[in-house]
Amino acid sequence: MDKQKLKELVKEFRKKATIIRKHIIEEVYNAGSGHPGGSLSCTDILTVLYFHEMNVDPGNPRWEDRDRFVLSKGHCAPALYATLAEKGFFPREDLVTLRHADSYLEGHPNMNTVPGVDMSTGSLGQGISAAVGMALAGKLDRKDYRVYALLGDGELQEGQVWEALMAAAHYKLDNLVAFLDHNGLQIDGKITEVMSPEVVEDKFRAFGWKVINVNGHDYVQIMEALAEARKTKGKPVMIVADTIKGKGVSFMENAAGWHGSAPNKEQRDRAIAELDEYLSKLEVE
Amino acid sequence: MAQKIATREAYGNALAEFGADERIVVLDADLSKSTKTETFKKKYPERFFNMGIAEGNMMAVAAGMASCGKIVFASTFSVFASQRACEQIRNSICYPNLNVKIGASHAGISVGEDGASHQAIEDIAIMRSIPNMTVICPADAVSTRHAVKAAIEHDGPVFLRLGRLAVPVIYDESNFHFELGKGITISEGKDVTIIATGLMVSMAIEAGKMLEEKGISARIIDMHTIKPIDKELIINSAKETGAIVTAEEHTVMGGLGSAVAEVLSENYPVPVKMVGIMDEFGKSGKPDALLKMYGLTAENIVEKAQAAIAMKNR
Repeated sequence: MDKQKLKELVKEFRKKATIIRKHIIEEVYNAGSGHPGGSLSCTDILTVLYFHEMNVDPGNPRWEDRDRFVLSKGHCAPALYATLAEKGFFPREDLVTLRHADSYLEGHPNMNTVPGVDMSTGSLGQGISAAVGMALAGKLDRKDYRVYALLGDGELQEGQVWEALMAAAHYKLDNLVAFLDHNGLQIDGKITEVMSPEVVEDKFRAFGWKVINVNGHDYVQIMEALAEARKTKGKPVMIVADTIKGKGVSFMENAAGWHGSAPNKEQRDRAIAELDEYLSKLEVE
Repeated sequence: MAQKIATREAYGNALAEFGADERIVVLDADLSKSTKTETFKKKYPERFFNMGIAEGNMMAVAAGMASCGKIVFASTFSVFASQRACEQIRNSICYPNLNVKIGASHAGISVGEDGASHQAIEDIAIMRSIPNMTVICPADAVSTRHAVKAAIEHDGPVFLRLGRLAVPVIYDESNFHFELGKGITISEGKDVTIIATGLMVSMAIEAGKMLEEKGISARIIDMHTIKPIDKELIINSAKETGAIVTAEEHTVMGGLGSAVAEVLSENYPVPVKMVGIMDEFGKSGKPDALLKMYGLTAENIVEKAQAAIAMKNR
């Protein structure tokens, strides 16, 4: 890709990700509960996946040859739903019904009610196993589709994650790419203080995975890592993405308190104003 | 004497028999020799995956494969399937209603010498309480073969409860009819109905003969599907015989007895006596000795049948 084209692409991602971040704030604000911190930290990864990497068809969400995505950290449904709506899987206007009794947008991803959701998740540690199953099925059927999963770093405390990683390497699932949203925070505080999973790269390598480190907010690095993953044969790839919890909203950044609480009206207005200001700067760039 | 075959044996044979269907995939957690999925593995090695001693992961991997159109049989001992991997079954299989069949062998105390840690006596109660789950507990080899076929044909999660112990073959393949959710009336009777499941069905048949000698006419029902349960058959039997005995190799809390009592208390209350394990763990021993020790014999069914009949005339 030439430099000018890449620059334009990155600008498109920035815009798209900012719009998705605005949706996240509106979703959680209107729900009165939810998980903005981790949703904002994985937004840039989801943007590259759905608007660059993955082969999906919003008009045919269950297309059997599609690439799959599993949000193993299912509590970040606001980010996934916003991305899917922007991609055209369902109307953007529905996003504000998240978590309402009459809505199809369940608090955690539901594959049977939300178009574009490939696996129901929410209980940490299980999504990565389901992704392993999808990749295994793809190998068995000699299909070309690829499977992507997104893990939280606190989620690594679940033993099942390691069972799944072991199985993926054992079956040489090079059609599987997992992202670690490495924002360093969980509900009760820093992951290193609650129950440290570090050094994560060493552990992933020991479990037979290829590891690529990226800045999880740098679109070029994410794209390059995904391109390298496609070239990797015989083993699954873990992209360790260093991220900032609450990224894009100044007062939510790096604050564990925003893991699972909704903004009030004043906070919502402030967040939206910040994101709008960023968007208008992008326009004049 | 009737031929004896363990239901786990029949399960492995059925998987191999119906395994030509390319959608079928079998997973095991390092117990393929015991769960008998090895029989399938020998015939279709490319569609058998050993997931190692990691039952939770196995269930969610099964869910992922099922989401890609596979009919996945995931096998391990029932105690590990229903309890260690319970939450994976709930959240990754039943909640998304995925096409995973859990082949849970070594259910009940008839596991024998391995003892309480390996004897699932709570699995029916746990599994039947999860929405979208179907629970089948076949009585013999013939019934197991048909249960596997029904599980393949059914779109959604199924829990197949299987035993380690060789049990009498009670059905004749040539005239056997199996329908998911429909109990089988093995013999008619008018004084009491014995509703049994799993290996207790052959005990119930024996109990029926013993009762006949005492001049008591017992209807015998094989309730192979515990969920969805055959309400109509239960209610009609209550109306026609006035007393019920349930028999299961499982705790009396939440199992077949409870399921029958739930139907009757809401629709047509009659005396219900339960044969089952009385809120205690199993132990090591020979299967037959344990079945006697825990009150799971034809004699126990006879006693309860007489008690249930006596209650009719309170």
